Amino acid sequence: MKRFKEKILSFVDNHIHIIFPAPTIIALFVVVIFPIIYNIYMSFNKWRIGLGSPKFIGLQNYIDAFSDPRFWNGLKVMFFFSGLSLSLEIVLGLLIAVYLNKEFKGSSFVQTIYIFPFAATPVAIALIWRIMLNPQIGALNYFLSLIGLPPSLWISSAKTVILSLVLVDVWKWTPMITLIVLAGLKSLPKDPYEAAVIDGASIPQVFYHITLPLIQPVLFSALVLRSLDNLKEFDIIYTITQGGPGIASETLYLYSYKTAFSFFNCGYGSTLIIIVFLLVLIFNLIINKIRYKSEVL
Amino acid sequence: MKKNIIYKILFYIGVVILIIPPIFVFVWMIMIGLKTGVQNIEYPPLFIFKPTLDNFKAVFQQHNFLQYLINSFIIATSATFISLLIGLPAAYSIARYKQRKLSVAILVARMTPFVSYLLPWYILFRRLDLIDTFTAMITTHLIITLPMIIWLMIAFFEGVPRALEEAALIDGCARSETFLRITIPLSMNGIITSAIISFIFSWNQFLFSLILSGPKTRTVPVAVYNFMSYGKIDWAGIGAAATIIVFPVLVFAFFVRNKIVEGLTRGALKG
Repeated sequence: MKRFKEKILSFVDNHIHIIFPAPTIIALFVVVIFPIIYNIYMSFNKWRIGLGSPKFIGLQNYIDAFSDPRFWNGLKVMFFFSGLSLSLEIVLGLLIAVYLNKEFKGSSFVQTIYIFPFAATPVAIALIWRIMLNPQIGALNYFLSLIGLPPSLWISSAKTVILSLVLVDVWKWTPMITLIVLAGLKSLPKDPYEAAVIDGASIPQVFYHITLPLIQPVLFSALVLRSLDNLKEFDIIYTITQGGPGIASETLYLYSYKTAFSFFNCGYGSTLIIIVFLLVLIFNLIINKIRYKSEVL
Repeated sequence: MKKNIIYKILFYIGVVILIIPPIFVFVWMIMIGLKTGVQNIEYPPLFIFKPTLDNFKAVFQQHNFLQYLINSFIIATSATFISLLIGLPAAYSIARYKQRKLSVAILVARMTPFVSYLLPWYILFRRLDLIDTFTAMITTHLIITLPMIIWLMIAFFEGVPRALEEAALIDGCARSETFLRITIPLSMNGIITSAIISFIFSWNQFLFSLILSGPKTRTVPVAVYNFMSYGKIDWAGIGAAATIIVFPVLVFAFFVRNKIVEGLTRGALKG
């Protein structure tokens, strides 16, 4: 009996690099790979949930997508929303981190507060923002009136709706960028700064010539991390506007969701999902390329 | 000296300005929950009022919120537990044997838009008659918790000194025993941290529950969202419900505050 146990143990030891990850590989296959393959298959079919069986139509769904104005609208909204929110979050996050990067009383309190916006349940927070953004009774218009500005229509107007959603996204995620950059700043070498002070460099000069190049890899990491979630932002947009007014804030991702689960058009929904997936993938590959290039230099 | 003090005061004013936006939204959330329905639609918004706990009572009594809290708790805990069970050995293997391909596969899982999982799952679970069951909810939540736990634990396992493991191996311990008796106990901090972060992510997850849950397994994010679709929007109820579901998250986040950023960046730094 004891020998049997030893035999098993030594078998496990010899194949540990296969046995240990095996359950995870199986789980990933079932919950990740199977759905992706299914989506690719479905994107070549025409099928509505509950109506007959899928019919193979080749590339027709993809051709349809490129002549679908709502597809192009979704693409436009997605790039506008993501481009604006990502850049604002990176710039603001960096500036706030540089500002907070010193020893002061309450520093750890500030850092704790900065965890809350991105840790808190997105749907709950988005609902509160929805109330605050209400043009009639919302707190934001009240604050605008306090500083003498005219009220805004916020999410009720096609013109301001994306900006309002960007505001919520920036509120939620800038603190995370700040914390990431802050951790990066703390680990930077001290010598270049001391040398710069001796040479009489000004604060903006130090920022441009020392901090920015040194912190660049961290900024790229933060950008990669944020873009993973930002391009497929769902909870905030779905909760606050559901893509409205009209389709003014309907990202491609949200459109793909609606196509599959509100219009039950599965084949076309899958096609849109595959396109979103490819866009996210390409975007990440590009950023990674830039990142490695900048690290080599 | 005087200049120094002025500089300090200005600095702190800046700090206060920087923490007002995050604090305000949470304070406002609680205030909405403590106002009556009528007070909530007054303009200009009321800042001073007599707080009422009626909304919090109503959330539990009329909307069956306790059930949703329990559902969310069961799903988040089970998904986290299963992820630890199968994710810890995988993370250990990746950390010790530098299995880069596997780590990339896990990153891809994290990158894939959630909607792309949803449709096949929905069709599959409908066929198996598993919509609105804990099986379906927990299985789907694994997609969030498993990659999360593996990513976090790779880093923690890499930090466990190999010398200790090797000493155990020389003493005749098998590798799998070394893992259980040496590596796991030494990584307890990391395991707790990643379990908490995984719990938070599962608790917050909205999209899967929106489609795959039903009256029996509804989770709190969907429950609070539904306050909007009962015809009339119940602002006060939303304030109270939001406060209730955000509270445990903030408590947990507070416990892992020093690790959460490190944990969240790990995926990006190594991608």
